[in-house]
Amino acid sequence: MKIVAQRPESLTPAKFHYCPGCTHGIIHRLVAECIDELNMRENTIGICPVGCSVLAYDYFNFDMLEAAHGRAPAIATGIKRILPDRCVFTYQGDGDLASIGMAEIVHASARGEKITVIFVNNAVYGMTGGQMAPTTLLGQVTTTSPYGRKVEETGYPIRMAELLAINEGSAYISRMSVNNPANVTKTKKSIKKALQTQMKGLGFSMVEILSTCPTNWGLGPMDALKWLEENMIPYYPLGEFKVKEAL
Amino acid sequence: MKKVLMKGNEAIAEGALTAGCIAFFGYPITPSSEIAEYMARKFPLLGGTFVQAESELAAISMVYGGASTGFRVMTATSGPGISLKSEGISFLAEAELPCLIVNISRGGPGLGGIQPAQSDYWQATRGGGHGDFQIIVLAPSSVQEMLDFAMEAFDLADKYRIPVMVMAEGTLGQMMEPVIPREKVTQFIGKPWAINGCKDRKPNIVNTLHLSPEFLEERNHVLGDKYKVIKANEQRAETYWTEDADLVVVAFGLMSRIVKKAVMEVRKRGHKVGLIRPITLWPFPVEHIKKAAETAKMFLSVEISMGQMVDDVRLAVNGKAPVEFYGRIGMIPSPEEIADQIIKLAEREGF
Repeated sequence: MKIVAQRPESLTPAKFHYCPGCTHGIIHRLVAECIDELNMRENTIGICPVGCSVLAYDYFNFDMLEAAHGRAPAIATGIKRILPDRCVFTYQGDGDLASIGMAEIVHASARGEKITVIFVNNAVYGMTGGQMAPTTLLGQVTTTSPYGRKVEETGYPIRMAELLAINEGSAYISRMSVNNPANVTKTKKSIKKALQTQMKGLGFSMVEILSTCPTNWGLGPMDALKWLEENMIPYYPLGEFKVKEAL
Repeated sequence: MKKVLMKGNEAIAEGALTAGCIAFFGYPITPSSEIAEYMARKFPLLGGTFVQAESELAAISMVYGGASTGFRVMTATSGPGISLKSEGISFLAEAELPCLIVNISRGGPGLGGIQPAQSDYWQATRGGGHGDFQIIVLAPSSVQEMLDFAMEAFDLADKYRIPVMVMAEGTLGQMMEPVIPREKVTQFIGKPWAINGCKDRKPNIVNTLHLSPEFLEERNHVLGDKYKVIKANEQRAETYWTEDADLVVVAFGLMSRIVKKAVMEVRKRGHKVGLIRPITLWPFPVEHIKKAAETAKMFLSVEISMGQMVDDVRLAVNGKAPVEFYGRIGMIPSPEEIADQIIKLAEREGF
């Protein structure tokens, strides 16, 4: 009998706690597959954020650290500077990375820290119950923008990939989506490229991944994927925003 | 070894290097910045890591990451910086990550001033951050001790898996004194909990989230038990002339040297006065104070603050004798000023 699919070695057998239709699970698996394929499991240190993926240390089968809210890139800096041959990545949501952790992510990128950031953007604070995020779309209803996000009150959603691509220290920046099988495949390729960028010592790398939150969006899993495609992708265009030439 | 003339801030940095510190993460703030500058000069030559962080929050988070690898790492700042670092210190305490945190303290509240002060005593000894935790706090009183305590801090940090703070008035950071350099530390204890890649072992996890209420309580008991052991084993103080003292003055840091001069002067004038100098601010040297309280008729806490350590002196004296306070903030009390205070009390009480 031939094995055609199995759990990556970089994932533990623990069951994900994520809500039905949430795409965190897909992204976890993609990260794990990439680390397996690059044969780096025993050389990898992951840092999980505060947010829905706070428990990622239960799911990834390698050394893990759980960070204070938004501080993951600074913690990754501390680890990577001391252990420069290890693969160090952070896994962060939009509140963690683009709000409370804005200084840490911008400066890690500006310094060209040789770390990889997996940035999961689902346009809402998930774990705390659906509050407005810096990436919440205009008009989007959340528990703290109950009449829809208004420009006059809260300004505009932040495009992190474009913002970080400006920094010279950024070597690889992309925005991907996991809303359909073709995009899942592209996301995996991009994650692998980001990890390779780090291991080649080229600089900072980040893959922003558009993700769903059916629970807090108040949609079924299929409708959530459709909502992502129709609303998020037009505002957050997919693609590679920075690819350092040495790649 | 031959004595060298050093500035306090340089001595603390040199002590850390001698203790095997391999990384410094910090943010500039007066009057501590020379520590960062010293490390910025040294580490590129020694092969260590110096990072000037974007903020105090980032600096302590870098320490969190660095300490989790098992290597000796540190940061240095002043009171306003410790306020920001309090988030990270709470995480370090719960994750039981050893590290050195230096507070070259200045006066507050708010931006306050850059003059030396001891008004971060509560902040240092009451945790500062959220949750039930303590850190060990050492208070040097000379430039030599700045170097020595930096080294001891790393040993204590590793022994108990706890962040250790060295807290000194800004004066100690800025002044120069002759210092005897120490032998370089080359022996370190193993850290099987460190995260450095899971080759040939199960993955390690550094984490402070405990969603199960039972486990959270258990974790707090683990920390609480550790703090009890530290309280029992690590209280340190210097005592002078307390055996026959009617009045015992309590003072720490550089302040204790000024008080010592005043106490010697007052003794010459025939008053029986003693001095207790706490070296560990946490654990507070309760036993030294308790012992003195068996015979002393009065205590006086002298601080460069509005009166913070005096709380701990009162708790330790436990009603056995009255506890008075004298302090200045922004200004440093002179030996004459303190001597006058002591004599005033002695004459009032008839000692």
